[in-house]
Amino acid sequence: MLLVYCPYCKVERAETEFSCRGEAHIARPSDPSQTSDEDWVHYLYMRSNTKGIYAERWRHIHGCGRFFNAVRDTVSDNFLKFYKAGEPMPDLEALAKEAGK
Amino acid sequence: MKRYSFLELAKNAFSAHQNWGRQWRNPEPKSEYDVVIVGAGGHGLATAYYLAKEHGVRNIAVVEKGWLGGGNTGRNTTIVRSNYLWEESAGLYNHAIDLWQGLSQELNYNVMYSARGVMMLAHTVHDVQVSQRHIHANRLAGVQNEWLSPEAAKEYCPPLNISKNIRYPVMGAALQRVGGTARHDAVAWGYARGADALGVDILQNCAVTGIRRDQNGAVEGVETAKGFIKAKKVGVVAAGHTSVVMEMAGVRLPLESYPLQALVSEPVKPAFPCVVMSNTIHAYISQSDKGELVIGAGTDQFISYSQTGGIHISNHTIDAICELFPHFRRMRMLRNWGGIVDVTPDRSPILSKTPVPGLYVNCGWGTGGFKATPGSGHVFAHTIAKDEPHPINAAFTIDRFRTGRLIDEAAAAAVAH
Repeated sequence: MLLVYCPYCKVERAETEFSCRGEAHIARPSDPSQTSDEDWVHYLYMRSNTKGIYAERWRHIHGCGRFFNAVRDTVSDNFLKFYKAGEPMPDLEALAKEAGK
Repeated sequence: MKRYSFLELAKNAFSAHQNWGRQWRNPEPKSEYDVVIVGAGGHGLATAYYLAKEHGVRNIAVVEKGWLGGGNTGRNTTIVRSNYLWEESAGLYNHAIDLWQGLSQELNYNVMYSARGVMMLAHTVHDVQVSQRHIHANRLAGVQNEWLSPEAAKEYCPPLNISKNIRYPVMGAALQRVGGTARHDAVAWGYARGADALGVDILQNCAVTGIRRDQNGAVEGVETAKGFIKAKKVGVVAAGHTSVVMEMAGVRLPLESYPLQALVSEPVKPAFPCVVMSNTIHAYISQSDKGELVIGAGTDQFISYSQTGGIHISNHTIDAICELFPHFRRMRMLRNWGGIVDVTPDRSPILSKTPVPGLYVNCGWGTGGFKATPGSGHVFAHTIAKDEPHPINAAFTIDRFRTGRLIDEAAAAAVAH
């Protein structure tokens, strides 16, 4: 069981209060009619599935209900950072260095 | 290869079973192979075995990061069944069932395949309708499956609680009699021994660190902990680590890797005659020949390579087991563990060529790859040898995510594969 911090409620709560929604910062194609099949595949299905430092979306489903992002080490499951939706992706390498990975 | 037989057993009894010899060699890597398989789990070893046996490819290496059969092959709950919804799946999993039935004889190694029946419970009206649709689809596709009333289910599995006053009462069950269990370690060992006898080099403790490609983009070989190994063809069968290995060749895949847990109880005398699964309240259980209850839990909600899952996930499964089988309530659990499973968006595997010439991938088995081990190895060997898929795995391409021809077992059976 992970402990997850909601940057909106500013509280740390048990993982069961949250729902993990997969890789973060995958932008929906801005012009669907001009998007090729290849690009749709990458948007819909292809994932980094990184072993290491990974940015992912969480939703505080039994709390405020809002989406936010987190950076987590997928080997140790330790969180390195929580930030609000819409904020730019942090420098994952710098975060990894800070955490001594 | 020393053939195991009653005569051998008797002969070895005179030397107190001290001279059986090793089941496979522990060779040093050669500089070049025709085919290199990455991953010595059941699927990888089966692929090497069928490549050598049916396609005459003798210069093969299976490269393994740890020890053979030490990943998901040795961590699953050993269930064998083929009652999937779609025809493509029926073809693939039924092919495996056909091979399971003669596998011990084929490998001269007792894989302890036991067709004790797999019973999948229905707890709601919706479950009943979905199960019956499943049964009809299966029977049309030539897959054995039948409907049982709650009373018939109890007769087939006496420990089952069919009283009406539990939270999710049993409203019936789908039974596949040809389903059952097999000994997972023996499957890996049997294929390893068979492949080794056909000249396949199994290179353990030899992690792949890179995939080298020539100027045309085709595969040249693999970088490993024991140096560069040249290869004409490379087949990646790395389960939870497939994304990591394929990244080395610059190929992105529609995979996410999750921890999946299982647990076993202390061993007891035979008390449980079959396999019971419930997708709705998420539990599955059988009893091993050693006497342990083997229980499968679900995946965590986030991707992870930690090989451990959250305790609340296994608790959830135990809750369901205790309600369905009240007489197990006082049993103690002996061990629990996790494996890393690679899940595709449609919950069907990928056995396919890749955009890289000479590179093949067998992955995406998600939470239920063990049951398919012989069939998977068999058709993947064909794919590598002929450079084109076997008719059985022709639909299981990477390209299906572009064309939209998904094989959506996610909608058909969202959990407990």
